[in-house]
Amino acid sequence: MSPSAPLVVTNGRLVRADGRIERGGVRCEGDRITALGAEVTPQGGDRVHDAGGQLIAPGLVDFGVFAIDKPAFHFGGITRAALMPDQSPPLDRPSSVRFAASSGKPDFWVHPLAAATRGLEGEKLAEIALMRDAGARGIATGRQWIGDSGTMLRLCQYAAMLGLTVCAHAEDAGIVGSAVATAGEMATRLGLPAAPAEAEALAIARDLAIAEMAGCAIHFRTVTTAAGLALVRQAKARGLSVTAGVTPAYFMLSDLATAAFRTFAHLSPPLRSEADRQAAIAALADGTIDVIASGHDPRGPEDKRLPFTDSAPGMAGAETLLPLTLTLVRDGVIDLGRAFALLATNPARLLGVPAGRLEVGAEADIAVIDPERPWIVDSQKMAASAGNTPFDRQPVQGRVIALFKGGARVGVKSA
Amino acid sequence: MASPTFIYPEGSAAFPHRGLVGIAGLAPHEITYLLDEAEQWVELNRQAKKTRDLLAGLTIINAFFENSTRTLLSFEIAGKRLGADVVNMAVATSSVKKGETLIDTAMTLNAMHADAIVIRHASSGAVQLIADKVDCPVLNAGDGQHEHPTQALLDALTIRHAKRNFNGLVVTICGDILHSRVARSNILCLTSLGAEVRVCAPPALIPEAIDRMNVEVFHDFGAALKGADVVMMLRLQLERMQGQFIPSPREYRHLYGLTLDRLATAQPDALVMHPGPMNRGVEIDSNVADMVGRSQITTQVEMGVALRMACLEVLTRRARAVEGWA
Repeated sequence: MSPSAPLVVTNGRLVRADGRIERGGVRCEGDRITALGAEVTPQGGDRVHDAGGQLIAPGLVDFGVFAIDKPAFHFGGITRAALMPDQSPPLDRPSSVRFAASSGKPDFWVHPLAAATRGLEGEKLAEIALMRDAGARGIATGRQWIGDSGTMLRLCQYAAMLGLTVCAHAEDAGIVGSAVATAGEMATRLGLPAAPAEAEALAIARDLAIAEMAGCAIHFRTVTTAAGLALVRQAKARGLSVTAGVTPAYFMLSDLATAAFRTFAHLSPPLRSEADRQAAIAALADGTIDVIASGHDPRGPEDKRLPFTDSAPGMAGAETLLPLTLTLVRDGVIDLGRAFALLATNPARLLGVPAGRLEVGAEADIAVIDPERPWIVDSQKMAASAGNTPFDRQPVQGRVIALFKGGARVGVKSA
Repeated sequence: MASPTFIYPEGSAAFPHRGLVGIAGLAPHEITYLLDEAEQWVELNRQAKKTRDLLAGLTIINAFFENSTRTLLSFEIAGKRLGADVVNMAVATSSVKKGETLIDTAMTLNAMHADAIVIRHASSGAVQLIADKVDCPVLNAGDGQHEHPTQALLDALTIRHAKRNFNGLVVTICGDILHSRVARSNILCLTSLGAEVRVCAPPALIPEAIDRMNVEVFHDFGAALKGADVVMMLRLQLERMQGQFIPSPREYRHLYGLTLDRLATAQPDALVMHPGPMNRGVEIDSNVADMVGRSQITTQVEMGVALRMACLEVLTRRARAVEGWA
């Protein structure tokens, strides 16, 4: 069998593009899916993978990661990721975008998000069209808000003309200042510089108004508060082109996780109150949130073994993205089909790539998943380049048992 | 002076903590144990010969990553009165300025086999971070906006000398509560001992949900002072403010300065306290700060040395193999 022989994944439960789960298999020729369903059977010369009755799902598409960390992504069943421009140096030039776009191939595809402004400083527009043609799949403001409304308006108008989505960071910079926590009892007791949660809603309200004026599609990478989610919900009801994402930390944890100054729980935006956590779960259930991403940002001790205020925000999230999302399925918040819409289909649509769903003609990015397999998160034994997870020692369920990128098998660390 | 408040458990059970990182986590009887232990040092410090050799041969490092005059001096005197070898690490000349991480500095201090390390740092939680990495007791001399436990304990000792009992005592803390580790430690300490604590400041200087720490919040200084037994004034920590929190010191004094007239609304024998450094003419008028019999500001400094002697003595008992503490 040559590696270029057609691939047939058989004997599984297919996650269909419409969210149905049905028995069957997938046939791939080259890097594309050519058939799927109950009738798919291997032919002579095919490479055959027996899914053993497990889920056959699209490879996950991770919208908004901060590092390219292949072992962690593969462990988590992620075959494509949108890379945030917050790199060193920032992705604000066509050359760096082109380099990033090819940095994972062939077994992992990186879709760079172009920096909205030069140096991500929020002042001068970056060369967005050149970056688009170099492979950028969207524009991002980075981990900060563009404070100047005039700059944001011109950015959105330009993005609308170029047909690119603006991925915005929803925290009003004037209110946030140098805060590292959400104002509340926990931050007050710990004496951490804190900003009110309303900083998010203020930022979303302004950016929605600007995006509407400009007629541009806007995606809020992480919406984490009840008030912010309510604004997104209303905007969607009015028919605006708005989408929202979240990472599992915000529906799994509240600011209680920062107790004892745990820097692994230092995130951007900061963890919120229990009421906001519940609001995120409700927004996942009612469709307000479109994307669950990992926000993968592995950080070693040089960034994390510091006083909380001085530590870098972010967590290594790629490995826990799938199992933590599956907790929502187990809790009855969403069904399995919607889980993969959040993890693959919707983010792929945002990026405009032919992936994230199992259908004829789509890229053969396939994850075979045992959604019940139990394992324990261990920050000491992560596939990621650093183990900064606030979920250390937590038992979870759901593991990728085989992964294919463009029809080719990808090695997954079994740990 | 004041008689012991509790019958304490035997040996180290009276104060089972390795170090003193904060008031949070201390039981009320553990707080009073330190206050009671301090009484003997208050007495000693008033004698002509005020040194003992209890800690002779022990090394205490004062690692101050943030500027300090009075607290550093107080800890240094406390250690020396007990006979310890006290070394001060000045941050301006240390390798911290050369990019060394806090943990590496802590490991270096640890490798020198200090018997206690006293730390002040500008970041909340920094002292806990170091305490987790070193083998000897760590005393928090102030970490960011988090805690300053010895200040709260010396304030409690000062109040106890004048008022004897904390139950039902009304303590008004006025000033920059948001940026104040002194306020947080005092709130924890005084509420734990049974006092009723009020905090007063303009809204921008009151941290969110502070009422969850069992205090009553006031913006009107007059109302906050009414019937108060203790008035504790805090300075504006302008160095920690990003952006403008108050229009001007003059306007701040207009609303929140402790003047003789304002003090008259408190109890007739209300104590006036200030952890220092004071900004005379801003949060406190000179004629209030210097009021004999009412102002406790110099008593606070006196109690500070005794209280810190108690902390150092208690926390080094294990190292000194004191019976019941080894």
